[in-house]
Amino acid sequence: MNLAAVRAIYLFEMARWGRTLMQSVLSPVLSTSLYFVVFGAAIGRRISEIDGVPYGAFIVPGLIMLSVLTESISNGSFGIYFPRFTGTIYEVLSAPVSPLEIVLGYVGAAATKSIILGLIILATAALFVEVRVLHPFWMLSFLVLTAASFSLFGFLIGIWADGFERLQVIPMLVVTPLTFLGGTFYSLSMLPPFWQTVSMFNPIVYLVSGFRWSFYGVADVGIATSLAAIAGFFVLCLVVAWWIFRTGYRLKA
Amino acid sequence: MTRIISISGLSKTYASGFQALKDINLDIHRGEIFALLGPNGAGKTTLISIICGIVTPSQGTITVDGHDIVRDYRHTRGLIGLVPQELSTDMFETPWATVSFSRGLFGKARDPAVVERVLKDLSLWDKRDQRIMTLSGGMKRRVLIAKALAHEPKILFLDEPTAGVDVELRKEMWALVRGLREQGVTIILTTHYIEEAEEMADRVGVVSKGELIVVEDKARLMKKLGKKELTLHLASPLAAIPEALATRGLTLNGDGSRLVFTYDRQAERTGITALLSDLSAAGIRFTDLDTSESTLEDIFVGLVRSAP
Ligand SMILES: Nc1ncnc2c1ncn2[C@@H]1O[C@H](COP(=O)(O)OP(=O)(O)OP(=O)(O)O)[C@@H](O)[C@H]1O
Ligand SMILES: [Mg+2]
Repeated sequence: MNLAAVRAIYLFEMARWGRTLMQSVLSPVLSTSLYFVVFGAAIGRRISEIDGVPYGAFIVPGLIMLSVLTESISNGSFGIYFPRFTGTIYEVLSAPVSPLEIVLGYVGAAATKSIILGLIILATAALFVEVRVLHPFWMLSFLVLTAASFSLFGFLIGIWADGFERLQVIPMLVVTPLTFLGGTFYSLSMLPPFWQTVSMFNPIVYLVSGFRWSFYGVADVGIATSLAAIAGFFVLCLVVAWWIFRTGYRLKA
Repeated sequence: MTRIISISGLSKTYASGFQALKDINLDIHRGEIFALLGPNGAGKTTLISIICGIVTPSQGTITVDGHDIVRDYRHTRGLIGLVPQELSTDMFETPWATVSFSRGLFGKARDPAVVERVLKDLSLWDKRDQRIMTLSGGMKRRVLIAKALAHEPKILFLDEPTAGVDVELRKEMWALVRGLREQGVTIILTTHYIEEAEEMADRVGVVSKGELIVVEDKARLMKKLGKKELTLHLASPLAAIPEALATRGLTLNGDGSRLVFTYDRQAERTGITALLSDLSAAGIRFTDLDTSESTLEDIFVGLVRSAP
């Protein structure tokens, strides 16, 4: 194991992020505050509580997931796409590092950033509403697993993409709609039965549900199902990553 | 002389179907400076990229320090430093950060002293905390060299190190390369400049259209360079070289209007005087004469042109 290399990639990526720290921290704080003003205040006045949880507090886990998901994908994809775009990837490819080490460095850094972001949003939310975390261990587990899976997913997008537009396509056309339809701002039980069934095919439902359970002990689907879904997604991404490196897909001519 | 790199039966066909390398066989000796010459698109960068692990070979095997570059990539890549042809650098980083990164990437423990020495050797010390995008092209190239040297490689690949570099910097680079060779580093460089190969290399390989057409000691190539040609423009064309001059190794050119005599400039007796007196004895008159010497350039152009 070339730990020095993992460390080098990880720290390099974190340093790049550190240079724009103000942006990285300010924008989630700002957007979270806006969500609370708009959704919490406006809608919350009409829906006082869901499943026994005040509406403002109810949306906190979903909000965190929403940001962690999108941020993980964008960090993960940008981290590997940028060196491909500038050509500096040559160095990583010519270095004595294994695919696993490359993934650990890039995806590890991307995941770390979005975990930090998730915690910042949590702290911001706590300023507006009373947030309880019933199962802190599971809360962190879900957070880490989600950040890692979707950073890895982003990494795969970053390898697949051959232009900046492509980098945006999947997050914009697939992930954002799924997140909004994934029970972020409502409980599935509020939907007509048909849409409840459709929602069962939305992987993000399982994430948000499991994450919300770790906060308030209420869930749309079973907690074991949630865990299995996210773990399954993670493994799927790992397999694709392994295939990419084995074949050199889009990395080596 | 021991081999440090051994390439056998190497071919590369890109996904586009284009065959960039055809059955390359080449050994690089430990501690030498090897120059790869060849016109644009010959396959020099492809060859280097395969050895470094950036491009996958289609056929053939390569060993570096006795280890297979695919199976034992950790060992082989750890020995190699690569300075690419393109100026691809992390524009937003500083030389210090990017060189330190390279060292870590190649598995070496952090060592600010080494980074400092490398930056100083490349006259980048003053610029160490400036963003790379604020550096000049020549400085960026030096940053790339510094990155390649950060893990103290045993083999250094320089892909056109002096393209677009001014005379002074070129001399500096030559000095740097010689210094590295003195430390026992094996150097493989590609270049379009014949003069660079002449100046630097111990051996020269010429690549053309994906084939390695010549590999030769520079000294031997230079010997070929020592040859000069004397051309005599005849007053009246000859149908054939006269019997009396048959032993002189002359050739008849331009429909019999020019006699060409090849001689060794460094030889004690060139044979020119004797030739001239033989000519007048045979009654052959000439109106003009000129001499020329074949340069590595001529040899190179001739080789490339005659390659299939
Ligand atoms: N990724 C690729 N896909 C398809 N063809 C390629 C690829 N990379 C290089 N080639 C082709 O392979 C041939 C050799 O290219 P290469 O870059 O090795 O040449 P070179 O000798 O380094 O040339 P130069 O002196 O211009 O740098 C060229 O015809 C080039 O177009
Ligand atoms: Mg080239």
